Amino acid sequence: MPAVSMTVNGKAVTGDVEARTLLVQFLREHLRLTGTHVGCDTSQCGACVVHVDGIAAKSCTLLALQCEGAKITTIEGLAEPNGPLHPMQEAFRENHGLQCGYCTPGMIMSALDIVRRHGNELDEHTIREQLDGNICRCTGYHNIVKAIAAGAKNMPKASTRQAAE
Amino acid sequence: MYNFTFHRPTTVRQAAGLLARNPEAKLLAGGHSLIPVMKQRLAQPSALIDLSLVEGLTGVEQKGRSIVIGAMTRHADAAISPVLQQALPGLAAVPAAVGDPQVRNRGTIGGSVANNDPNADYPAAVLGLGATIITNKRRIAADDFFTGMFSTALEDGEIIVKISFPIAKKAAYEKFKHPASGFALVGVFVSKRGADIRVAVTGAGSNGVFRVKSFEEALKKRFAAKSLEGMTIPATGMNSDIHASAEYRAHLVGVLARRALAKATA
Repeated sequence: MPAVSMTVNGKAVTGDVEARTLLVQFLREHLRLTGTHVGCDTSQCGACVVHVDGIAAKSCTLLALQCEGAKITTIEGLAEPNGPLHPMQEAFRENHGLQCGYCTPGMIMSALDIVRRHGNELDEHTIREQLDGNICRCTGYHNIVKAIAAGAKNMPKASTRQAAE
Repeated sequence: MYNFTFHRPTTVRQAAGLLARNPEAKLLAGGHSLIPVMKQRLAQPSALIDLSLVEGLTGVEQKGRSIVIGAMTRHADAAISPVLQQALPGLAAVPAAVGDPQVRNRGTIGGSVANNDPNADYPAAVLGLGATIITNKRRIAADDFFTGMFSTALEDGEIIVKISFPIAKKAAYEKFKHPASGFALVGVFVSKRGADIRVAVTGAGSNGVFRVKSFEEALKKRFAAKSLEGMTIPATGMNSDIHASAEYRAHLVGVLARRALAKATA
């Protein structure tokens, strides 16, 4: 089986995987990082969103081998164990931005990507447009949108987005 | 998903060599069309050749009167490219309209064009601007490239390297987005570059992207939404499925063409 190595939440990891092993399977089943969820397995719902080299991606639609050498951040990597929550996580708690919680890791990882691309001051329209790839079946999104706006404000200032050139 | 072997070449030449040695191989770009169809076992390549480490396949640049986009340029990067927004904003709107943000973070222009999904956005822009597809072997005009649903003029071992779009003075894209999939139920790209007027439609035709010659003729007098007032196209040859009937799609072609023209001439 091919070997794969990458950095996950700041830690170098390696594993033997089949070529068809998805990144989300590698994270959940090999590394036991089960905070990243699989909702639809068809790149629609966004429960599996992680950051690959700082950019949000649906880990159900990436092969682990495509991430050879990459830096992966999952929901587990946002805060220290037993330490304070990341400002975005805290905002979801403060604003009741979840009910069952299944979509929440993906929502938060996508929210951070919105801040990366659009900065710390986010209006409701931008947040709703940018949540196109994340589905929540409980909340009606209202408190998720509120949480993302609040979390973005409380985060350190985002660096400006970069273009292809 | 059936298993396969996985390769990561670093040059186009290596990738072409791998393709030649693995006749059942597929090229992997962003993977957001290919991996889903492999999961459904609708595709079962013996090998995947990942192009993400191949040098020189990304970026947007202006070369004379053309915009050249590298095949592995991701939608998210193309959409915010200052060069593209400045020279051809109508084209920048196309990658911005693809899928959702995470899909745009991975999906590439080369992958989209090579796959020629009948509901994909980029084929409308490629045909609607009369772009040139540049491969490791030759240059292919858009009018000769798209040969039917999921079918292109690409030959075995041929790899898209970049796509060159002539800078049209007026160009715009309008799309009726399927709310769940993000694909174009119908999308219309219009452009005017001197006497070359193009109206290209994705999502509607059962044979993939196509040009609407009757609209193009009507626009020769005046490139404006008004010139198409009351004009429709026949429903024959339109897709019909649970999302929309052939008649509805044909109707949308007229509506979206007029909206695109309004945008292009604003």
